[in-house]
Amino acid sequence: MKALILVGGFGTRLRPLTLTLPKPLVEFANRPMILHQIEALAAAGATDIVLAVNYRPDVMTAALKRYEQKYGVNITFSVETEPLGTAGPLKLAEKILGKDNSPFFVLNSDVICDFPFTELAEFHQSHGQEGTIVVTKVEEPSKYGVVVHKPSHPSRIDRFVEKPVEFVGNRINAGIYILNPSVLKRIELRPTSIEQETFPAICKDGELHSFDLDGFWMDVGQPKDFLSGTCLYLGSLAKRSSKQLTPASLPYVHGGNVLIDPSAKIGKNCRIGPNVTIGPNVVIGDGVRLQRCVLLENSKVKDHAWVKSTIVGWNSTVGKWARLENVTVLGDDVTIGDEVYVNGGSILPHKTIKQNVDVPAIIM
Amino acid sequence: MLQVPVRKGTGSAASTKAVILVGGPSRGTRFRPLSLDVPKPLFDVAGHPIIWHCLRAVAKVPGIREVILVGYYDEAVFRDFSRDAAKEFPHIRIQYLREYQALGTAGGLYHFRDAILKGKPDRFFVLNADVCCSFPLGEMLKLFEEKDAEAVILGTRVSNDAATNFGCIVSDGHTKRVLHYVEKPESHISNLINCGVYLFATECIFPSIRSAIKRRSDRPRIVSYPSSENLESSFFRDQDDDAEKNEVLRLEQDILSDLADSNRFFVHETKDFWRQIKTAGSAVPANALYLQKAFQSQSEELAAPSANILPPVFIHPTATVDPTAKLGPNVSIGPKAVIGAGARVKESIVLEEAEIKHDACVLYSIIGWNSRVGAWARVEGSPTPVGNHTTSIVKNGVKVQSITILGKECGVGDEVRVQNCVCLPYKELKRDVANEVIM
Repeated sequence: MKALILVGGFGTRLRPLTLTLPKPLVEFANRPMILHQIEALAAAGATDIVLAVNYRPDVMTAALKRYEQKYGVNITFSVETEPLGTAGPLKLAEKILGKDNSPFFVLNSDVICDFPFTELAEFHQSHGQEGTIVVTKVEEPSKYGVVVHKPSHPSRIDRFVEKPVEFVGNRINAGIYILNPSVLKRIELRPTSIEQETFPAICKDGELHSFDLDGFWMDVGQPKDFLSGTCLYLGSLAKRSSKQLTPASLPYVHGGNVLIDPSAKIGKNCRIGPNVTIGPNVVIGDGVRLQRCVLLENSKVKDHAWVKSTIVGWNSTVGKWARLENVTVLGDDVTIGDEVYVNGGSILPHKTIKQNVDVPAIIM
Repeated sequence: MLQVPVRKGTGSAASTKAVILVGGPSRGTRFRPLSLDVPKPLFDVAGHPIIWHCLRAVAKVPGIREVILVGYYDEAVFRDFSRDAAKEFPHIRIQYLREYQALGTAGGLYHFRDAILKGKPDRFFVLNADVCCSFPLGEMLKLFEEKDAEAVILGTRVSNDAATNFGCIVSDGHTKRVLHYVEKPESHISNLINCGVYLFATECIFPSIRSAIKRRSDRPRIVSYPSSENLESSFFRDQDDDAEKNEVLRLEQDILSDLADSNRFFVHETKDFWRQIKTAGSAVPANALYLQKAFQSQSEELAAPSANILPPVFIHPTATVDPTAKLGPNVSIGPKAVIGAGARVKESIVLEEAEIKHDACVLYSIIGWNSRVGAWARVEGSPTPVGNHTTSIVKNGVKVQSITILGKECGVGDEVRVQNCVCLPYKELKRDVANEVIM
């Protein structure tokens, strides 16, 4: 089987983290975001994976070489010379996606969920038509594009309504699809949108179905959602009683949903959780309070600091008695001084913060 | 030309008294919420009541045997303080004289002139209790004798911007003579300001006050300059009837400018620290200054510096401080206060029986009596720049108190953050708050 992951551009929405690493390599729950997707695709039997990118940094090529070997898949970069939207990249990769008659997966690289590729492929085969898109139930459909089904059919899609004012349904496009190679014939090689052009055309022919996603779903393309998505992901691990999670019986684990890399060091009298991920070689001092936060590799949180709703970037240091909250993001190698308070600060790499950041601000 | 040798003062021959003006309960409103529970002069900074610092300076002046506290608090208010001070300074007799109406600083002195003049002192110091300084009384006395002065005032330099909030002194740099004095001028006159500490010749000051009273009854006094300080006192004046009105006389407005015409009024300019203690927040810089002074003089009262004690720090002997807590600089921990493991206290006053739980952080704040700060809570004010004489700052266009103050028996929940707030007594703070007064 084949798959295409829409990676796109520089991931500016996830800055300052993406000033250091391309977005697919930023660790979500201690593993690069793209690894979650590659692993799930490989598990579902995908052998050819295309990454649709606007640019190809060396660091990404090197990382993906390793994943190719580890998961026994072929990974190809399909580099756009101009942005081709969400459908154009499919056409650009036609040689791979259309090399045989089997259907291929398409997914947005920002999406995190329990990827249901195997079930999705089975469902797609069962209805035998051109395309299936994964849909997820949302509380406020008025913010999204909503899927409306044909009357008297549970999965065949009738139309899409963008940001509906009146309730027409609560299922939205989750950014994960399985399509037959025939879909490629519907796409021209130009900047074009799969949501606005390709899908309505398939819909018209009655060839597009929906597949309900079980469990959580999140677009983690920006820091606020990255944190929310981490909470959902950890919650899902807990639900499955995953061995990856740090046991809640440990004295410092508070409220569960804590994922700590075995190489991390935790001090005395800490209270960690709920919803915390701690990366490799992280050092946590004594009396530290962590909740709803992500600590990336090699970062350090010193004694008695208090960290909530924050992403601590690689190699960064949080000082003693510092307090970080309200979607604070520290880039690579940032130092927060002792006793400093940061409220919603986005701190660019290599900065040292010695004074409070009282209101949300970008520190250049 | 022949000169009659008046008081060729040698310290031993001439006798000296001191008067400390302590004010009254209706005057300390700017010291709320702390003055809701303790009279301002008795509030502890650097481990001792504000007036103790004045008294200690007076007690060091050779020859002073008597100190008179003048104010309009109830007599009972200073009873315990006077008893303790009598033990600590056995050579000094301390008495409290109560005004039954606010007479003004000069009016009060005049009202109690018999008590002051008893024993025929040649001169007496007058100290406002609400200033924090090194009280260089010995140097003032030396200048007084050198110049054969009628009055010596303590002055300090402040920024030109700040000067108009104080009494301004124009002096002759060479002779140190005061040429002109004006209280809170509207325009810039001088950046040498009145510290609220004076030394008067008894034979001169009472006649000066008497003639001011006489002048007052002949010709009503011009309304003083508008400022918050004057507005408060003029409020009292308006309440009084005419007969009493004549007795309300303030040294600053009514006496000093006349003294400047006498040719025997001098200023001693101190280069040492000086701050007013007006607002409750100003207790934090006052605490810092007195602690630094104690540290420089190697006071035994202070906690020994260590990895977790950044000097200067005062810890009351009955307080309990966990060895992993980090304190200082400029911290006072009151009697029976409890500081938990891994707590951090900096530039703050923690009052009697207050508790700071483990891993909490207290910066630029006053934690009231019996108040509790929860685990991982953060109670925080803002630093006020050195030389700045205000305790408010502008944040997002709004004026807020730079020092966070928790009144008596307040509670801050675990992990809660309180920033630039003033919290009245008996309040529980369960959510984060910033830039507020909490009623």
